[in-house]
Amino acid sequence: MSNDILVVAEHLKGAISDVTFELLGKGRELATATGGSLHIALLSSGLSSDGLGAADKVIRVDHDRLGEFNPEAYIVALAAVVEQSSPRLTLIANTSMGMDLAAALSVRQNIPFVAYALDVSIDGDSVVATSQLYGGKVYAESVIAGDAGIVSVLAGSFPADAGRKEGAPSEESLDAPEAIGDGRVVFKGLVEPEGGDVDITQHESLVAIGRGIQSEDNLPLVEALAKALGGAVCSSRPIVDSKWLPKTRQVGKSGLKVKPKIYLALGISGAPEHIEGMKDAELIIAVNSDETAPIFEHAHYGTTEDFFDIVPALTAKLS
Amino acid sequence: MNIVIPIKLVPDVVEELEINDDGNDLERDYVSYKVNEFCDHALEEALQLKEAHGGAVTVLALERDETEKALFTALAKGADRAIKITGVDEDANSHTAATAMCEVLADVEYDVVMTGVQAADDRDGQLGVRMASMLGIPHVSAVSDISVAGDVLTVHKEYAGGVMAKFEVTPKVVLGVQSARQTPRYAPVSRVRQIMKESGGLDEKESDASNDDGGAVVRRMYLPEKGKGAQMIEGDADEVAAKIAELLNAKRS
Repeated sequence: MSNDILVVAEHLKGAISDVTFELLGKGRELATATGGSLHIALLSSGLSSDGLGAADKVIRVDHDRLGEFNPEAYIVALAAVVEQSSPRLTLIANTSMGMDLAAALSVRQNIPFVAYALDVSIDGDSVVATSQLYGGKVYAESVIAGDAGIVSVLAGSFPADAGRKEGAPSEESLDAPEAIGDGRVVFKGLVEPEGGDVDITQHESLVAIGRGIQSEDNLPLVEALAKALGGAVCSSRPIVDSKWLPKTRQVGKSGLKVKPKIYLALGISGAPEHIEGMKDAELIIAVNSDETAPIFEHAHYGTTEDFFDIVPALTAKLS
Repeated sequence: MNIVIPIKLVPDVVEELEINDDGNDLERDYVSYKVNEFCDHALEEALQLKEAHGGAVTVLALERDETEKALFTALAKGADRAIKITGVDEDANSHTAATAMCEVLADVEYDVVMTGVQAADDRDGQLGVRMASMLGIPHVSAVSDISVAGDVLTVHKEYAGGVMAKFEVTPKVVLGVQSARQTPRYAPVSRVRQIMKESGGLDEKESDASNDDGGAVVRRMYLPEKGKGAQMIEGDADEVAAKIAELLNAKRS
């Protein structure tokens, strides 16, 4: 085993995702602590390693079936990289793609794994990862004592700028394992979101609603508030799943990332998946009757007063 | 198409959570369990597929306080068979849960396993991905819009920004369901009671999966520091609304 840190690159439509640079920045810090090198696994079909200069080395596997993400093909390629390079720690984004890789790599290679990490550090000979569990209400510090570990990190946990560096590092190319070629999971293309509705990423003021608004019948109250504020209504996932609002209004991990001046969160508990999409808003005010709701950790101001008392009063004062 | 739904019962995070005296787990005596909401979506999607294409839906769950209720509820919603897995500790992690679930699958005919995409407690990895890897079959996480044509399933895997990847998969496969095509159905209590009476009990399987820490041990579990985040606005509703209006107006101008 080595002291090296391996970051798994995530890419979509030929562009490396921000979260990869977040991992590279953190990976550099960890590699300094372990005295190892920082490597990045680039699994693709000929994607350029330009811009990955923060790493010491790119370990690439190229194959037609690696052009866009494919859980079945990618895990075969990643396992080959890990077998060949034996990293002390493999960092993977805790995203839709990373979810299909991290736990699978853990089982295949029998390597300990910690998910939902907000922070990773080296403590003596051990890797320590702090996870956010139970809807963001509890933190757990896990110790990986062995000589290999995998940590999947929540997007937005580290600054991406720390991992952005011009240039391309040295490259090592691994032959694609034969098993990549045949499979039962076939990528058939990307489906872009339907446009036409409000673009919530363009609004300076957003009124965000969650399960706490209780009923679709309460939407007009919220619409009125958004109108008084001159903003738009967006939501957390459950509201979209219930079809109260279209998917284009969803903020969070599988929705949109927003950075408005004002984010007024009504009845939103603040699960990590939602926080990921809105934590950079300039002013966050949360209304939630549960005083232990994680949203209050991320908001600048908060109140546990009832939604039904606050919203009409606030609308009147803003009109 | 036969579908298996391994249901995860997770601590209800709406309740106040406490940490145990050792500071390395929840105080389990005070935890109330509920069905992981993504598992509810997986079950709904499975029932929709069954109604459209036939086949049987089998639900599995590890024994907890709420397991019988959860499994009978699944039967009341339309599942064909429910298996309670006994002998696994209440604080079992995803490693142990996946081992126990896979043991049971050895005796169940299935084409597709559908889990919730994630659960509030899967610190050591998502159940479905672990199971797929142990079973040596493919998996796709974060899927919605599942359709079936012949032997092939078409699924949409969700990425950030509302972009989705379309995949065709041939069973056997494990799917981590993000959301069902419609809000998970509700089973009236009367119907659940009726099923409890008529069914003559649940199938039970004893698991010999021992607790496996997976090599990553919790050394400290804690609640976030109170008062670290938001400044709480004091006063009655009208005073609070006035203060919020003031903050918003200051920011807008």
